[in-house]
Amino acid sequence: MKQPLVKIEGVYKDYQLPKKYLFEKAPVFRALHGINLELQKGTSFGIVGESGCGKSTLARIVMALDEPTFGKVFFDGQDLFNMPKKELRHLRRNFQMVFQDPYGSLNPRKNILGIVAEPLDTLKEKLSFAQKKERVAKILVEVGLNATDTDKFPHEFSGGQRQRIAIARALITRPSLIVADESVSALDVSVQAQVLNLMMDLQEKYKLTYMFISHDLSVVEYVTDQVAVIYMGQIVEQATTRALFQKPLHPYTQTLLMAVPDVNPLNKKQKNKNKVPLFEKIHGSCPFIDRCIKATKTCVHNAPELLENHGRLVACFNTD
Amino acid sequence: MTLLKVQDLCVSLKTAYGRQDVISNINFCLNAGEKLGIVGESGCGKSITALALMSLLPPDSKTRGRIILEGRDILNLNSKEICSIRGNRIGMIFQEPMTALNPVKQIGAQISESIDLHLKLNRKQTLERVTELMDKVGLPVDRFGLNLYPHQLSGGQRQRVMIAMAIACNPDILIADEPTTALDVTVQEQILNLIRDLADSSGMALIMISHDLGVIAQTAQNVMVMYTGNIVEMGSTVDVYQNMLHPYTFGLFSAIPHAGSSSHLERKRLTSIPGQVPQLHQRPIGCNFADRCMRASKICKTKEPMATRVSDHHQVWCYHPLKEKI
Repeated sequence: MKQPLVKIEGVYKDYQLPKKYLFEKAPVFRALHGINLELQKGTSFGIVGESGCGKSTLARIVMALDEPTFGKVFFDGQDLFNMPKKELRHLRRNFQMVFQDPYGSLNPRKNILGIVAEPLDTLKEKLSFAQKKERVAKILVEVGLNATDTDKFPHEFSGGQRQRIAIARALITRPSLIVADESVSALDVSVQAQVLNLMMDLQEKYKLTYMFISHDLSVVEYVTDQVAVIYMGQIVEQATTRALFQKPLHPYTQTLLMAVPDVNPLNKKQKNKNKVPLFEKIHGSCPFIDRCIKATKTCVHNAPELLENHGRLVACFNTD
Repeated sequence: MTLLKVQDLCVSLKTAYGRQDVISNINFCLNAGEKLGIVGESGCGKSITALALMSLLPPDSKTRGRIILEGRDILNLNSKEICSIRGNRIGMIFQEPMTALNPVKQIGAQISESIDLHLKLNRKQTLERVTELMDKVGLPVDRFGLNLYPHQLSGGQRQRVMIAMAIACNPDILIADEPTTALDVTVQEQILNLIRDLADSSGMALIMISHDLGVIAQTAQNVMVMYTGNIVEMGSTVDVYQNMLHPYTFGLFSAIPHAGSSSHLERKRLTSIPGQVPQLHQRPIGCNFADRCMRASKICKTKEPMATRVSDHHQVWCYHPLKEKI
């Protein structure tokens, strides 16, 4: 197998919570709990989960914005958190991020030239103003805006156009990895479709690798090749997108997929009212046990590991 | 039985470009116990319609037309009379439970606010009513005290408090304006089930506003599709979802990536609607959708389309509906 573009090895992330008492040890919240992932070049990897499950923390760690408490992240074989700061800074041109809120992620006081050209400053070779302007104009056309838009300000653009600007900013250093953290969630469906199409076209053209984080399952299904479902900082199921959406094995994935409202008004969902979770969560039990209708006694005392099952990875004892 | 009748409702707001009609020519009826969905993209006037029904529009707005609730036109009432309707006969669930709740007031006090205002109950009865409401929305008082503050609750729990406030006085109409937009899918499902069950058990009429076609499909019997302040298509949810006639409705449906239909081997491009929603001051003459429409002809750009009745429950505002069978 080829060397993966990104390799995440046993990443844990603890955040310190505020102390309640002056002399106590600060309580710790474990946002990520031993994540192992490999992103192959030119593919799209989806990360799915509810809010607070650690999706965005993972994105920040892959982007080297946060250091993991334990574990390593390799980008193209290089350990991101074990290299001189200066080298990391130069490496950063290879991975860029598109953020969720197109209104909050663009500086309102900078014009489009300033916003899109900013990442160019991390390049080793220094570009002249004219060179920068030329590259910005080129990339703006690439994302479906006008080359003359360079002097405008963010407020002159609609939400969809702003997200295109954010994509242009991410693309300008010719990165190989783009981390899209809920990049289309704030957009209306018709505009969302435009932006998704654009992202797919760009992927084909530049052989980009996407790490696509979203709570919208239909978007993830549409865009990605592989999906990992995260629950409370752990991967509970990881598979190819087709396999996962056709036959989810982990009860949490099943719950998620069942919860998406069906567009067909004749398909009214049957509610599982008589099925309630049987067990309470105790220390050492499966993290999903208090919401799981399939839980058995085994789940109470053992936490399942992420194991190979039907050609995918699942962390559950009862996948039949 | 018609509970609410909206006739030729227009709302105009003061903008930097002068006074502009935000919504115009809104006509619909709501029967007792009916569940009506309003769907559209941001800026199409869904929320303004809801606010007009609640008489909560900003003070510099002007409203024309009529909103008739049981023979009385809400728009002609004085503020005291409106207060007796708002929260009492019409309840509303707002979009952002974070901002719609008062952060410095305990949830018990917030739920009892409209009870104190509209129902003449003594303190003990009020407490009983609040306890009953909390049970109804799935926040049993023995686990969730009345003295909690909003920041101590999760997003879904806050939305449950909002629902309890909205149904506190047993309103005839419940308006839910994007009640689940900020929530996770699993919580969204719980909240939608809760709203639907409450409406079913008490016979309230429900107006569900959402940009999510799936949410409307699962909650509403009838649906109204809005675009730039106009209704473009209206009918029973099954009719509109399965035999959509307006090109905009069709565009909306083709733009959603379908979950659960992973039969595709290779990826198709999503069909998107070309262009973007026109700004308020740039709305074209004639049909607002004409500039983005594949089927537009000369007449679309000169004259606003009138309603065409396709069947008893299905109307479309278009010169060239998708199936010109009529």
